[in-house]
Amino acid sequence: MILLPCPYCGPRNASEFRYVGEVSERPDPNEAGVDEWRTYLYARNNPAGWTTEMWYHSAGCRQHFVAERHTVTNEVRTSRLPKAPPRGEQEEQATGGNVAVDGGGAIY
Amino acid sequence: MTAQTVQKAVMPMRLDHRPGEVIDRGRELTFTWNGEEYPAYGGDTIISALAACGERIFSRSFKYHRPRGLLTASFLDPGCMVQVDDEPNVRGAHRRVEPGMVVSPQGVWPSLEYDVKSANRAFGRFLSAGFYYKTFIKPRRLWPLYRRMLRRFSAGGRVSAGPAQGYFDKRYAHPDVLVAGGGPAGMAAAVAAGRAGAQVLLVEEEYELGGHLRWGNELDALRVLREEVSRTPGVEVMVNSVVNGRYDDNWVAVMQRDLSHVQERLVKARAKTLVVAPGLIERPYVFEGNDTPGVILSTAARRLINLYAVKPGDRAVVFSANESGDAAAEDLRRSGVEVARVVDARRDGDILRAKGDGKGLRSVECADGAEIECDLLVTAAGWTAPTSLANMAGDRPVYDERAARFFPSILPEDLLATGGIAGDGTLDELLAHARATGQEAARRAVRTALRLRAGIPQRADEQEEPESGSSPVAIPELPISAHPALFRGKTHGIVDYSEDVTSKDLVAAEKEGYDSIELVKRYTTVTMGPTQGKLETVNAVAIMAEATGRTINETGTTVWRPPYSPITLGALAGRNFEPVRYSPMQPWHEIHGAKPLVAGAWIRPDHYGDPASEALNVRENVGIIDVTPLGKFDLRGPDVPKLLDHLYINRWDNLEVGAVRYGVMCLEDGVVFDDGVTGCLGPERYIMTTTSSGAAGVWEWIDHWLQTADPGWRIHVTPVTTAYASINVAGPKSRELLLRLSDGLDLSPEAFPYMRVREGRVAGVEGCFMWRIGFTGELSYEVHVPAAYGLHVWETLMQSGADLGVGPFGVEAQRILRLEKGHFIVGQDTDGLTGPYEVGLGRMVRLDKDDFAGKPELAWQSERDSRLRLVGLQPHDGSLVPPEASQIVENKNEIVGRITSSRMSPTLGRSICLGFVAQHLTTPGTKVTVRLPDGERIPASVTPHHAHYDPEGTRQRG
Repeated sequence: MILLPCPYCGPRNASEFRYVGEVSERPDPNEAGVDEWRTYLYARNNPAGWTTEMWYHSAGCRQHFVAERHTVTNEVRTSRLPKAPPRGEQEEQATGGNVAVDGGGAIY
Repeated sequence: MTAQTVQKAVMPMRLDHRPGEVIDRGRELTFTWNGEEYPAYGGDTIISALAACGERIFSRSFKYHRPRGLLTASFLDPGCMVQVDDEPNVRGAHRRVEPGMVVSPQGVWPSLEYDVKSANRAFGRFLSAGFYYKTFIKPRRLWPLYRRMLRRFSAGGRVSAGPAQGYFDKRYAHPDVLVAGGGPAGMAAAVAAGRAGAQVLLVEEEYELGGHLRWGNELDALRVLREEVSRTPGVEVMVNSVVNGRYDDNWVAVMQRDLSHVQERLVKARAKTLVVAPGLIERPYVFEGNDTPGVILSTAARRLINLYAVKPGDRAVVFSANESGDAAAEDLRRSGVEVARVVDARRDGDILRAKGDGKGLRSVECADGAEIECDLLVTAAGWTAPTSLANMAGDRPVYDERAARFFPSILPEDLLATGGIAGDGTLDELLAHARATGQEAARRAVRTALRLRAGIPQRADEQEEPESGSSPVAIPELPISAHPALFRGKTHGIVDYSEDVTSKDLVAAEKEGYDSIELVKRYTTVTMGPTQGKLETVNAVAIMAEATGRTINETGTTVWRPPYSPITLGALAGRNFEPVRYSPMQPWHEIHGAKPLVAGAWIRPDHYGDPASEALNVRENVGIIDVTPLGKFDLRGPDVPKLLDHLYINRWDNLEVGAVRYGVMCLEDGVVFDDGVTGCLGPERYIMTTTSSGAAGVWEWIDHWLQTADPGWRIHVTPVTTAYASINVAGPKSRELLLRLSDGLDLSPEAFPYMRVREGRVAGVEGCFMWRIGFTGELSYEVHVPAAYGLHVWETLMQSGADLGVGPFGVEAQRILRLEKGHFIVGQDTDGLTGPYEVGLGRMVRLDKDDFAGKPELAWQSERDSRLRLVGLQPHDGSLVPPEASQIVENKNEIVGRITSSRMSPTLGRSICLGFVAQHLTTPGTKVTVRLPDGERIPASVTPHHAHYDPEGTRQRG
């Protein structure tokens, strides 16, 4: 069983998480055409390699987070809160600062 | 006669004291084998005790029913599987004798000594690979007969149909270093890792640490190592335990069998470093008659003599290609066995065939033509490296021609190998390698620990200091000794002892076109028996290589998968921690004979004996139902209406304080996901209820929007499902009943009308809220009380309403009542494709809202909706209740709908249904044909409303 790095709780057994799926950007619901919306709903790349996916720490802190995982080796190179900036742009992320304030913000 | 001479008489093969023996001569036991009583010493295995008494045959083989005896004298021994009491397939050469245990041979009929099925031996050529498949496939109708017949021939013991016995357990461990294998290398590695500060788990399959040192001549070195292990802090030892699998990120499964109070315990260990030190397994040699009782491996001879003080025979031939064979010959001589000849494979000696009769080995024919009478043939043909754990970590072992065995090739960072699997050398060289490996394992564990800790967020003032750069420990190279490549001699023999697969079968399979080792394995079942290839894989690969003219590396090996060792279902199940949820009223339900209904994690009262009368009582008087499992969320904050508007398809921003509203949620694909009632209790204060089964999903759905869409809404969500006990008080007399309990609350229709919420005191309990809604279709109040007072309020309702005829009703009565009223249930009357338009909720969908979950899909559904429609249905024959999922058909067999809910209505005295029909059938009064599961067709009519009873809703609004 692989370990997954929850940005709040640190590395935990994969059985504590629910796999939400490959990250799929939600189009503007008032502008999106059928194809665009259905791509958001159903189309996934499923690569043999690096993929960006959403996980939910359902048996833990109940936080959604975005992880970059290699589907062949199961290596996870980054994990961040959903609205935190992606790798390279982040300032104090995960290992530094108080993430509850820095990254989340949705729940007070 | 002295006691000693008695023992001599009944244990003729027992030797005098051996320095390394594990038996306790002071503890004499008796047990039953094959119907007769046998003696044993404490520490004896079943097989060592029987061998000491001169027994040689312990089972019949799987296919040919050949007599089988000892081969390895270890856990793996394929001929030594026995039935112990009602436990089948016990490894007799591993399991220790316990006083009074009843042991019987498996797969023999009528008896071990005379097995009629051994006639198979004469017809052996017919039982080639695939024989059963090829022979019994036609005619198919006779298969049941064939099956009955073949079952009689099958191996294996009898499974007890009685209740489970013994106690199984689970444990989670987090060792820094887990060492698989407690031989000299494993012990030295564990000590070195422990001294470096690591928490170590040392796992050994046998009953004591020591590995091959136990039956060798270096007992002093063994004593020193054992002392070191016991003195090193942080080293936990598990014996009679086995590492069964290695999974991602060093998730290691250990079967622990050395506990007195627990039959087996499955240890799930997250090891930071795994050290693999399984040693080597001695490989059998393939030649004619190699399965004759009396043909054993050199390690088996040494184990019997040195551990159990058992003389394996009287006159022996030793076939030796290595030191183990030489040492076995020496051990035999020292224990009084006449060694008639040592056939040295290093000087081109070879054996052609072993000849025996029903009682075992009689003579051995050598390649030089000599035939030697003997009752024992000891073979030392080479070693197999049990690379399973490396294999499970992704490694593909590589064959070394000089050493004639496989070695691990590229190991991941968190896995190290030491001992015989890594190389040869003197004991000192082996220990030096193991110590360095143990130190390196500890170092890597520290690195992993730091890496894992770096993944846990820290406050700025608690930041870890950066990882100190430690340099790798230099691990000395182990020398690799040359070894003759011996797999099959000049004759054909058994390759797989447990499956009775011969080298001839493999060659024949290759001729039939099965040229890949993986295909040959599946076709002939070689390596698929209880030993799972540990004895036979390399021989099978070598024979295939010979047959195809390829090298062993080109042929490759089959993949070793978990589990390494057989595992009981009891151990996998272990202790069960599945949580069960009860409402606070459960004690009352139990006393009053509620039939339990499992609803997800909840146990609810299905009914209290007669659901139809419970339903009628709600229609006539008043009933109360425990609806505590309803999902409940306390939502606070100024932006709650925005969340509600986003989750529900209908409008919420105009919900005023004191009002409740019914809402339906859809997912982004426009499919109905959940429904329920949400009320506004005060400014910025809401309670949302969900279906009982949907509570967990809705919570996650709320989290999803708040966390990933990050709308910046100020909302605080608290799940309060179990903080409140919930009771629905329903029926025409419900107001009268509640009036007696709710002091200070005005329950008049004017003050507390339909679809409103009120807070206050119920039965003296502060902090309750209740809303007037009507799932049952009657005047009803859903009362939510602080959970600790749930039972009190329930009992007070029952007592105060006795004169009103109050009665409890269960889930089944509620299902009847809601069906009479035509309310659908998400998941019962909807499926994974049902949208709101199909269930008649189109008017609720507010496409003028800016955004909500599933909006585009619903917009498209509203434009071109040709899907099915949910309608009320009544069979013309009101006494017939069509089973749920009955189809609605037209034009012979065209399916145009289905029944989703059906019940006998006690109120109307006739059957009623909800169902989906195609759009052209939705007009009230349309006659449809329902096809029952047995094929019968019955007529039914579409009703004007979903509701069969009180469609205007006057009763619930009263």
